[in-house]
Amino acid sequence: MRAQEKTADERAVEERRRAARVLAGASHADLAALWAAWGEQPEVAYLRGPEAGLVMVQGRIGGTGDRFNLGEATVSRATVMLHGAGADEASGTSYVLGSHPEHAGLAAVFDALLSAPTQRERVLTDVIEPLEREQTKRDSAANADARSTVVDFFTVAREHE
Amino acid sequence: MYVAVKGGEKAIANAHALLAKRGRGSIDAPRIDYPQIRNQMGVLVSRVMAEGSLYDPELAAKALLQAQGDVLEAVTLMRSYRTTLPRFGITIAVDTVGLPSERRVSATFKDIPGGQQLGATFDYTHRLLADELHTPEVATPDVPIDEPMPRVTDLLGADALVERDRPDEGWTDPDPGDLTREPTVFPMSRAERLQALTRGDEGFLLSLGYSTQRGFGNNHPFVGEVRVGEVEVDFFAPEIGYAVPIGRIELTECQMVNQFVGSADQAPQFTRGYGLVFGRAERKAMSMSLVDRTLRHEEFGERIVSPAQDEEFVIAHADNVEAAGFVEHLKLPHYVDFQAELGLIRSLRREFQARHPAEPAEAPATDNNTLIEENA
Repeated sequence: MRAQEKTADERAVEERRRAARVLAGASHADLAALWAAWGEQPEVAYLRGPEAGLVMVQGRIGGTGDRFNLGEATVSRATVMLHGAGADEASGTSYVLGSHPEHAGLAAVFDALLSAPTQRERVLTDVIEPLEREQTKRDSAANADARSTVVDFFTVAREHE
Repeated sequence: MYVAVKGGEKAIANAHALLAKRGRGSIDAPRIDYPQIRNQMGVLVSRVMAEGSLYDPELAAKALLQAQGDVLEAVTLMRSYRTTLPRFGITIAVDTVGLPSERRVSATFKDIPGGQQLGATFDYTHRLLADELHTPEVATPDVPIDEPMPRVTDLLGADALVERDRPDEGWTDPDPGDLTREPTVFPMSRAERLQALTRGDEGFLLSLGYSTQRGFGNNHPFVGEVRVGEVEVDFFAPEIGYAVPIGRIELTECQMVNQFVGSADQAPQFTRGYGLVFGRAERKAMSMSLVDRTLRHEEFGERIVSPAQDEEFVIAHADNVEAAGFVEHLKLPHYVDFQAELGLIRSLRREFQARHPAEPAEAPATDNNTLIEENA
């Protein structure tokens, strides 16, 4: 029983991480278009932001050793509370790299809708999945470009001795 | 010493108007906008982000445009801008093999899992100036596209041929010092040094790295691996309760493998230098890894014989914002200061004349000289 509960929690974490990844990877224009197409919109109250700030990005010495401070990156964040349209009291938060607070604002709205039981499925099918497909396609194309540059070096001397 | 001056508002405003005019250039040519800089001058944008210590390609492109291509001026704009923003926190340390790299090459092993992948590189170009730029189609790959690319240093590490980047036991994953929050104290931890190096001036680090190759410090380095690619950034926000991805940044990483050390109770091993830099910055990451290894002389009991081994010399002079500020302030009005020097040299010369009466007397001040000094 406990193990099953944990799995459900883990699934929820995994789903929210996936949504955060996709919403952060989308453009503000994409999110604005999806929000405009949402139809009956709940009322959005911003509990915090949208606002711009910084995060300190860390790396690890040698890749897996001690952490060190690599430098800062701009980030925007927002926390929202929704009212009405089947999303009463649903709250959401987003952090998105870059200086576009309005992007973080919309990402927080979709994060909130994802937590509303009646809206969850629709967010997944209408927002997260299409965006994710687009992003996967873009990544695959970039990766294919990169893989076309794989080289087979051979040393001229002594190769066949 | 610099003593404040007043006045000049009108001339300063006019100078800034002239600066803007020079920046615009001929009005017959269209003005370039920052998305063009961001897209078409990516390496330059990377440099401004790395040395500005602020990852944001759009802001870096805007800074470059405003600075009329003066890299150090753009870097200074980025540094100033970051001071206006609050810091929301610290990210989870990035995993440089988490996403497929665009470029990954090794100079130590020919056949590595995942292959040698050149990516977007200036290597092997003919360095002939072109009249026009073309963008040929990129071909379809004839190798599997989802092959894993383990770290080359891990392959070497499996046989303990190269030093591990953390101790086998008793590792506490210590919190690193932060040079932007705490005063600089020498000697530094390696983590603090790497923070200073990754935001340091590319030209300075390049020259120092070069000096170690030429015999001022002796590294015997090989590029174990260079990677360029995007990594995902995870951030733990307390209001969410666990770490979530917040976007991607592009990084360049260099694992430099250096000649071995061993001792009575430790078998000989290759040693390592590490470079990690924002954006596409291979030259910088390589230079950083050379200098990192050189500055580890104490760990390996190496004799200090060269400038690149002197931590304070390297770190205190690597920051180009500080360096430019101190060098360039010399052009600001130093009139009062110089008057004092002038008074001193006159009295020294009078004393000299008194001791050497045969020497020709001090040249009489011309009307012009007198005027300059009176107005100063």
